[in-house]
Amino acid sequence: MATTTSRIIIVGGGLAGLSAAIKVAESGAHVDLFSLVPVKRSHSVCAQGGINAAKNLKGEGDSTWSHFDDTVYGGDFLANQAPVKAMCEMGPGIIDLLDRMGVPFNRTPEGLLDFRRFGGTLFNRTAFAGATTGQQLLYALDEQVRRFEAEGKVKKYEYWEFLSAVLDSQNVCRGICAMDLRTMEVLTFPADAVIMATGGVGAIFGKSTNSVVCTGSAQGSLYQQGAAYGNGEMIQVHPTCIPGEDKLRLMSESARGEGGRVWVPKNPSETRPGKQVPEGDRWYFLEDWYPKYGNLVPRDIATRAIHKVVHEHGLGIQGQPMVYLDLSHIDRATLDRKLGGILEIYEKFVGDDPRDVPMKIFPGMHYTMGGLWVDSDQMTNIQGLYAVGECDYSIHGANRLGANSLLSCIYAGFTAGPNAVKYAKSAPAAPDTIAASFEAERKRQLDANTRLVNNQGTENPFRLWRELGDVMSRNVTVTRYNDKLQETDVKLVELLERYRNVNLSDKSMWSNQSFLFARQLQNMLQLARVITQGAFLRNESRGSHYKPDFPERDDANFLKTTKAFFAPDADEPRFEWEPVDISLVTPRPRRYDSK
Amino acid sequence: MANKSVLFKIKRQASPSTEPFWEEFEVEYRPGLNVISLFMEVAVNPVTRAGKPTTPINYDSNCLEEVCGSCAMLINGKARMGCSALVDNLEQPITIEPFSKFPVIRDLQVDRSVLFENLKAVKAWVPIDGTYALGDGPRILPQVQEQAYQLSQCMSCCCCMEACPQFNESTGFVGAATIAQARLFNMHPTGKVLKQERLAALMGDGGIQECGYAQNCVEACPKDIPLTRSISDVGGDVMKKAILDFFRT
Repeated sequence: MATTTSRIIIVGGGLAGLSAAIKVAESGAHVDLFSLVPVKRSHSVCAQGGINAAKNLKGEGDSTWSHFDDTVYGGDFLANQAPVKAMCEMGPGIIDLLDRMGVPFNRTPEGLLDFRRFGGTLFNRTAFAGATTGQQLLYALDEQVRRFEAEGKVKKYEYWEFLSAVLDSQNVCRGICAMDLRTMEVLTFPADAVIMATGGVGAIFGKSTNSVVCTGSAQGSLYQQGAAYGNGEMIQVHPTCIPGEDKLRLMSESARGEGGRVWVPKNPSETRPGKQVPEGDRWYFLEDWYPKYGNLVPRDIATRAIHKVVHEHGLGIQGQPMVYLDLSHIDRATLDRKLGGILEIYEKFVGDDPRDVPMKIFPGMHYTMGGLWVDSDQMTNIQGLYAVGECDYSIHGANRLGANSLLSCIYAGFTAGPNAVKYAKSAPAAPDTIAASFEAERKRQLDANTRLVNNQGTENPFRLWRELGDVMSRNVTVTRYNDKLQETDVKLVELLERYRNVNLSDKSMWSNQSFLFARQLQNMLQLARVITQGAFLRNESRGSHYKPDFPERDDANFLKTTKAFFAPDADEPRFEWEPVDISLVTPRPRRYDSK
Repeated sequence: MANKSVLFKIKRQASPSTEPFWEEFEVEYRPGLNVISLFMEVAVNPVTRAGKPTTPINYDSNCLEEVCGSCAMLINGKARMGCSALVDNLEQPITIEPFSKFPVIRDLQVDRSVLFENLKAVKAWVPIDGTYALGDGPRILPQVQEQAYQLSQCMSCCCCMEACPQFNESTGFVGAATIAQARLFNMHPTGKVLKQERLAALMGDGGIQECGYAQNCVEACPKDIPLTRSISDVGGDVMKKAILDFFRT
């Protein structure tokens, strides 16, 4: 036991943050855990299909090496290989641990863990708990953290917004500045190390599969404080989503893992309902184009195929941007046991029963592979500041394989937690000016609040957000053209300009959600520029990043990590490119139609 | 076609110490609207039906897929999630109120932290030895997994507590959600090591005995969790423990 207890701040209580919290608390250090929502309500609950680990319980000869190879190949070789290998090796142990924590994983008749297939692999490698695996994993970790909380080792700050890091005169992270979402009080909190676990950036694209809190604001704030942002342009658009008025709801890849088939009517003027279209009049285009992987090609491939069928072949269902995802050939009992949770979502939000009729789906923004740049210890370029989970860029390269996100969250948390504790013990002593640094940061944030609340402009922040989402979804998702990307950046500059004229209709200082959102919007706009300009500069096609004018992968020029830094004077990003670690597997062409 | 609209009224409250008041809104109808998307419309154009400028509505929400448990509220008098409340299925004007049995923070936001405290009190976790490598988990038959999974989908929305006539200040009743979680962990091969402590926490005032078998909880649960079954199951265990404890002393 340490003689003086180290204090570690963790921001974000999803799977990655809670994993880190458990490791830190177990080591004897103290955790201050900050979250926008009660941690049990974090976005990890939305993960549906499962978690990958090469347990090889199906007699297929699976191995952690195969998992590693599928992951770097699936990511089109943009991920540094050493951390990916470490993650895949940790995988089976993580599953065992989760199993011991009581996650109700689906079982075989012998009482062993069951596994199913997911995209981008030929192995049954995905452990699952019904179709709400993320929820079940998050709950298991939440329960363990509640136990540490009851023992006084973890203190939760729920309904708190991270505003910024507190950096000392040497640019070492010494704590955070945060705001109580009820009293709106702004306070600073010292720590020996800080771990960011703040998730995705979906709100930058307006509607996405992400939860409401996934704005990317924390990452945007840190980027403006000097944190490097890696591969921001790598945005995953999930092939199968249910379009909605308030958000896009995910229809898990596990639907295809359990035998779901994607098709469109061959006749563009087909008027019969899906169920009544006979087999001979259906085009199973994924099975046709990719006979080996079929419906389980990786997400970027499936998404582009659906776009092609709809936009180039003109075969969207009844002229609409939608295709069928069909489970109705599978018996109801199997569907209920393995996919119940997601079928309920479709039933509840669309009103049709997918056990009877094919679902109507379309691709939607889902995940950012890019994020805060970290080294192999999960530390950012700011000393003492770590990042884990979706908010870090490290594992998934240019495209994430399904069911690898939950694993990467836990891997990162389990790596950063102990590393942060180790760092805390040998961290350099704070300079004499440290108290002034804390006070200055608090004042900077208070001033920003005062400015925002007293602004007498004409702009509604929610309207600006709609415009942001529209332009980002239109130009910076599946298909990217340089002229459109330039147009988008011009629009983002305009939105930043108009943001100065934001006028809040609610100026109260008690639990003011629109005030909070307006604060986040500024960080979202800055990060949107990183994503857009990163896409503009990468003149190749790799993984999720697809430019028809540059259709091939270009390893000679772009087998590199994009690193964006904020240039305060220019008020925009500047870019550097870093070589990728390819020490373990030599990049090869990525072809799912042959392999 | 004439522009259809959606009428709804919201019971609002600026802070815990101020009086509640009602505001009416009207937004343009579109197919597929849910209650949350009505609030999003108000945020973009914060004006009441009477044309009076107002403030965006404050409410808890996150996943909007009915798995995070955030957006619980009273919609046309019923405790349910705002995200899965589709306008097409609701009678208008839609009445939207905060939960009545939890302290209001602002508008539709209420303080439901009592449930998380209750989960602490019944030690709703599996007390593992540590996170280091200790090999495989216990073997569990599919039938047992299916039973556990049903209970484990509880998203702490508190609809069961809001709907329960016994959940009030005078009884201090712990509520169905906590009891179902106690049952879940008592079922687990390792979790059951704390079974007696969980049962002890559910004995006495505010414990399981306060249940009046109104069965509102199981009606209200958005996840169809077998709550009444759990209460009778755990109730039986508590009874057994009480008798055994009586003879031991």
